[in-house]
Amino acid sequence: MPAVSKGDGMRGLAVFISDIRNCKSKEAEIKRINKELANIRSKFKGDKALDGYSKKKYVCKLLFIFLLGHDIDFGHMEAVNLLSSNKYTEKQIGYLFISVLVNSNSELIRLINNAIKNDLSSRNPTFMCLALHCIANVGSREMAEAFAGEIPRILVAGDTMDSVKQSAALCLLRLYKTSPDLVLMGEWTSRVVHLLNDQHMGVVTAAISLITCLSQKNPDEFKTCVSLAVSRLSRIVSSASTDLQDYTYYFVPAPWLSCKLLRLLQCYPPPEDGAVKGRLVECLETILNKAQEPPKSKKVQHSNAKNAILFEAISLIIHYDSEPNLLVRACNQLGQFLQHRETNLRYLALESMCTLASSEFSHEAVKTHIETVINALKTERDVSVRQRAADLLYAMCDRSNSKQIVAEMLSYLETADYSIREEMVLKVAVLAEKYAVDYSWYVDTILNLIRIAGDYVSEEVWYRVIQIVINRDDVQGYAAKTVFEALQAPACHENMVKVGGYILGEFGNLIAGDPRSSPLVQFNLLHSKFHLCSVPTRALLLSAYIKFINLFPETKSTIQEVLRSDSQIRNSDVELQQRAVEYLKLSSIASTDVLATVLEEMPPFPERESSILAKLKKKKGPGAVSVNELEEGKREGGELNGGGERGDSSAIAGSNASTPSPSADLLGLRTGPPVTAAAPSAGSLLVDVFSEAGVNDDGFLRDLEPPTESSDSLLAEGPGDSDSAPPSVVSEDPATPLPESNELLNKFVCKNNGVLFENQLLQIGIKSEYRQNLGRMYLFYGNKTSVQFITFTTTVTCPGELQSQLNVQSKTVEPLIEGGAQVQQVINIECLTDFSEAPLLNIKFRYGGALQNLTLKLPVTINKFFQPTEMASHDFFQRWKQLSLPQQEAQKIFKANHAMDTEVLKAKLLGLGMALLENVDPNPENFVCAGVIQTKAQQVGSLLRLEPNAQAQMYRLTVRSSKDTVSKRLCELLAEQF
Amino acid sequence: MQFMLLFSRQGKLRLQKWYVPLCDKEKKKITRELVQTVLARKPKMCSFLEWRDLKIVYKRYASLYFCCAIEDQDNELITLEIIHRYVELLDKYFGSVCELDIIFNFEKAYFILDEFLLGGEAQETSKKNVLKAIEQADLLQEPRHEVL
Repeated sequence: MPAVSKGDGMRGLAVFISDIRNCKSKEAEIKRINKELANIRSKFKGDKALDGYSKKKYVCKLLFIFLLGHDIDFGHMEAVNLLSSNKYTEKQIGYLFISVLVNSNSELIRLINNAIKNDLSSRNPTFMCLALHCIANVGSREMAEAFAGEIPRILVAGDTMDSVKQSAALCLLRLYKTSPDLVLMGEWTSRVVHLLNDQHMGVVTAAISLITCLSQKNPDEFKTCVSLAVSRLSRIVSSASTDLQDYTYYFVPAPWLSCKLLRLLQCYPPPEDGAVKGRLVECLETILNKAQEPPKSKKVQHSNAKNAILFEAISLIIHYDSEPNLLVRACNQLGQFLQHRETNLRYLALESMCTLASSEFSHEAVKTHIETVINALKTERDVSVRQRAADLLYAMCDRSNSKQIVAEMLSYLETADYSIREEMVLKVAVLAEKYAVDYSWYVDTILNLIRIAGDYVSEEVWYRVIQIVINRDDVQGYAAKTVFEALQAPACHENMVKVGGYILGEFGNLIAGDPRSSPLVQFNLLHSKFHLCSVPTRALLLSAYIKFINLFPETKSTIQEVLRSDSQIRNSDVELQQRAVEYLKLSSIASTDVLATVLEEMPPFPERESSILAKLKKKKGPGAVSVNELEEGKREGGELNGGGERGDSSAIAGSNASTPSPSADLLGLRTGPPVTAAAPSAGSLLVDVFSEAGVNDDGFLRDLEPPTESSDSLLAEGPGDSDSAPPSVVSEDPATPLPESNELLNKFVCKNNGVLFENQLLQIGIKSEYRQNLGRMYLFYGNKTSVQFITFTTTVTCPGELQSQLNVQSKTVEPLIEGGAQVQQVINIECLTDFSEAPLLNIKFRYGGALQNLTLKLPVTINKFFQPTEMASHDFFQRWKQLSLPQQEAQKIFKANHAMDTEVLKAKLLGLGMALLENVDPNPENFVCAGVIQTKAQQVGSLLRLEPNAQAQMYRLTVRSSKDTVSKRLCELLAEQF
Repeated sequence: MQFMLLFSRQGKLRLQKWYVPLCDKEKKKITRELVQTVLARKPKMCSFLEWRDLKIVYKRYASLYFCCAIEDQDNELITLEIIHRYVELLDKYFGSVCELDIIFNFEKAYFILDEFLLGGEAQETSKKNVLKAIEQADLLQEPRHEVL
């Protein structure tokens, strides 16, 4: 039974709640709830009109049931009725129900809005507040449309009660956050700023939140708030602890308002007016001084409130980054907190110091705390605090202390929590590179990283060490020697084998003079790891072997023997088999000169910023990556892995393009379909190698070539007269496409080639290929009649916003197509950012005098720019979890349109362009896929799960991607495919 | 502030207030995840944690956990005191509040919260003023006989 029944105590409700609490099982609870629901339903439906009190009680019961986690599908009407009751508590319960169970039922919204309107104009302050609370709680667009004009008036009207003003201010804030377009700036805005001067502290407290939010969006319009905020702050800071009466909290005057004032000031640069600035600096100094005073109370509330203001003041000091004196004082204060017995303060001090470390004025001051921070990393019991310590060490690292910090981080890594290892690894790798004076230290550090935390060393890290070793000849010998030694360990991480294979393949000769690391010893050492490694690593090792043949002719026969063995030359993995076959052939046919040219040492990589840095930035929360960082990530990804190709269009035909996603490998080992599968030209590729000019073209050895910067233009130019043909004129108004064009579009989601359209006159065939964010489409227009088509023109347009999303260029076609003949048109496509619409293809021609005009949708869909990403089950689910914002997911449940044949499904999913991941989903019936969509602006990682239900002949499709529009579009596209 | 959750040591949700629009499914998911995370933490641990791209500030009062999700630039310590002030308000209103009061008078807990915080921001930080508003409302209601 209830402990207290304050106020209006609804006994029936209390009894019901007791009953629920007495239920021994979930079943009993559900039974009791169903009984109650039936009872309420019958009361609501009964003939006898319910009185307000009963209505209130039942609505309240429904609310309770909903809050227990059960669905409620009735009672909304009764709740809306309560809104127009003139009894306060009935109205109050009605509003509470509406606030918690918003229903987008438009009929109801109209009624609710009516009731709110009545209450707002009632001039009864308690009713007005209830209505404002409801708007603020629901904050829907419909409400914004209805009230965004009215509320500013209430807020600034002279006769509005203080409590109503408070509610109105925050209500408006909520509407502004959800529908900024509906809250129009106007005459009221200047008056809102003056609420900072209001006598009532509560009004100021509420209004300042609104002002801060508005200032962020319209700084100029609100800049007068700066001086008002400073004088208000100054009055509070200098007031005695009792001056503000009930706004003093545990001897701290107005802590909430002080924090909000300091926060508001962070929207602006330091005040230009000297007097204002002087006053503000004085405030900040006073706040810093107060931190040194003995506490007025032992209560934690006192110190929390005081320190809340202090931290906000420090944030402002860091934001200004112009007062060296204050910055250093802030740093010293935080230094004291680093050793405070309160975990919360240590945590915040570490966090705040991180930002101080990046200021030139306080960087040195922060560095003096290095020992304390290292100690925190070692001894803090709470992993979230250790994480902050690691962040701070990273932030305070510079050339003077990098060796110490890197060593400490490395030693911490051995015992670090699993949750932060990967990030630690990236940090160590970045610091090692950034502050490497002698590169042998760098190599040692990275190899140590691999040794200590090999599983957490992402590909970016080992790519980077290879890039650096290749580019710096002073470290190559040392790297070869060190990696050779590291490989001697009986159990060494596969990443070590990769680095070892690559480096010895390039620079093994630098240590071959020592009999302990003679060529054969090197080879045997590498090969002893071979059978323990995964396919990509084995492929890399095979490439290292062929390089050995060139470096050390004396190993040739041994290596040929290895290549010739059944386990290589007949390996079930096509990539390995092909490498074995081709390398074997190459080593036996090519002359020493050709070999030397083909297998020449890697030229230096173009200088670029570390891709690890980009990855580290990305790791800081999938939702929090700014556009800039993504840009950077994209650039990095592109440069590092993208440009692996040279040559002409034949490069596209072979779909062994190197994978540009961040997870792709430097060496192009995990490429899409292997060369053999891609083209009948596998043989001719080999021939190319022997033709003199072909050596540098693009052969299977592309894998070993360094990336070049040429990839972007690769697809933009035609095979022949590339720059001569102007792009077709893009018109603004697209013609209406054929009604069946959507269906035609859907046909090509999972395939690239086929017949797009056919009627009695014309057949249009398509062949298309995509790589990274570029695509090329060949359209074949076939004249099916025996009469020529004249004035044949085609126009490709991007309707609406697609213009800024896709760059489509088409070559003009011959205006004349003879009877029975076919002409070809090339269309180059560049995906700038993700898109949902399809470009339109308009075709006009005359056939026997009659003008033919038709418009189709070009089957360019977002999935064409997928790059498959292989990943293990663990990784898949981790990433799946990372993409857990509601808008990142799109889901559809739909009926099967085709037979549910597993093989057909697989083929379609592969055609989609993602990697189909085996053994990931615990249910073998389900399919999961992963891929990265390559657009010019960014890369969008996407994960997909398709769950067939054979019994119901239904599918459930779930797509998660880092971008909501992509999830939605993929879901739409795919729902039509199965 | 994006949302506030009150839950018991057994993980039962006692109050939920959302200041950002989310669907029911997402709310349930967040609640489940956070309750699990917070309950797994040891008593001496710090009251703040990073979660997705939000900061979680929580504090335990007797059998109840009060848990707020704030944004990156928000102040953790002042949020802790928001929680404390809310507890004080409940305590003053119910007279030495306990979990049962919040279970049986859940609607009051919501009304008090609405007077104190609106749209995720402090509306009125004076204890007196908040309680005055609530008590005024209690005076406005009329005594009735219960009809079962």
